Amino acid sequence: MKVELESRIVEGPEVVGVEPALDLQGKALPAVQPGAYSRTVTLMPRAELERRMVKGPDGVEFEVEPLRDYYCEAGPTVMPAAYLKIVEDLFNWARSRSIWILGFGTGCGAIEMRPLMTPRFDAYRFGIQWRPTPRQANLFVISGYLSVKTLKRAIRCYEQMQNPKYVVGLGSCTINGGMYWDSYNTIKRLDDYLPVDVYIAGCMPRPEALLQGFEDLKKLIRAGKAEGANQYAERFDWYKANQKQIIHDWDMPDYNW
Amino acid sequence: MRELYARLKERCALGELTQQRPNLGFVTLPREQLRQALTHLRDSEGYTHLVLLTAVDWLEDGQFQLTYLLSHRTQGRDFGLRVLIPRMDAEMDSIHDLWPTAATYQRELREMFGIQFPGSPGVNDDFILEGWTGMPPYRRDFDTKRFSEENYNHRPGRETRDPTTYMKQQLYPGGL
Repeated sequence: MKVELESRIVEGPEVVGVEPALDLQGKALPAVQPGAYSRTVTLMPRAELERRMVKGPDGVEFEVEPLRDYYCEAGPTVMPAAYLKIVEDLFNWARSRSIWILGFGTGCGAIEMRPLMTPRFDAYRFGIQWRPTPRQANLFVISGYLSVKTLKRAIRCYEQMQNPKYVVGLGSCTINGGMYWDSYNTIKRLDDYLPVDVYIAGCMPRPEALLQGFEDLKKLIRAGKAEGANQYAERFDWYKANQKQIIHDWDMPDYNW
Repeated sequence: MRELYARLKERCALGELTQQRPNLGFVTLPREQLRQALTHLRDSEGYTHLVLLTAVDWLEDGQFQLTYLLSHRTQGRDFGLRVLIPRMDAEMDSIHDLWPTAATYQRELREMFGIQFPGSPGVNDDFILEGWTGMPPYRRDFDTKRFSEENYNHRPGRETRDPTTYMKQQLYPGGL
């Protein structure tokens, strides 16, 4: 299988390199170390996912099966372009002017987003603002290393965001692991788990580099090339397989919409 | 610190006092004496604050060293108690009834080192490593690099240079 994901690495004002398409390694399940001290893991079923009786405010009791009633069983779908190219271009122009970032700092890189909210760098003049919930955001900045535990939350957040949505990988850790390249608990390639539109290299990248990265993302959106959400829908099974390969306690629906 | 050591020695069998600073000392004691010493320090000597509970893996000796660091708030002194336990089937008595915060440390030690603390509340719940099976990662025989290579997808193109030879090439391209 080929990964046809165009991931660009941005540092400062210029584009440094373009990632080639790469083969997906056929990987075995994680091996238990020889002579390992192992413990048995019994995953407790989560109470909020269990079938239960709920009493409504009017006193009527009814049965709730959260996985069926609270979540949509259908997977993500590809969002078709508008009926005319000029209309789609207009939409893309408008989308590029309203970048709403999910305020979820996944790693230490989140510290570089704070100056952008201040008068000194003032990202708001570029039409960029931060929102407190995935439902109101369309850009997810993965700010630095992602531990497996955080990746699980990041996937949930990404899937709850509305289309069209974009992902920016901030810092070296999202590109190749950075200084956590030999860690037991952090992923090394973000684009195996979420569709990444732009990478901003550095450890850490300066706020100026972030602004440049956002400008680069805007160019991609205007050119109609920021199709991460559609890629995610098209290659949903591939992304899920990758995610489940490292998240061993998968206790949530496959699609968290 | 010497007086404290002398007073404590009347009650428990203590090892040598290692004084790292005038206000920081460590002492090793047998496992059975730990609870008595901790209770005495907390109730009679004023060491009311459990600063940390951590472990060191002495792989070659086949032992874990647990350090209970206590602090005297008004005197500004810290006193550490060290206990050596066998590494095989490591198990230690819980002290969550002396300091409730110890339960969190014990939960972390159970996950990261595989030291069991029977009776500690929530000690078997996942702390950071959700769904982890296999060897606890802070044990020194755990090969973190190999684990990372086997489990997490790698992006090719990463270069590692030996600093000495690389700087020689940069500074003296023609050779020394």
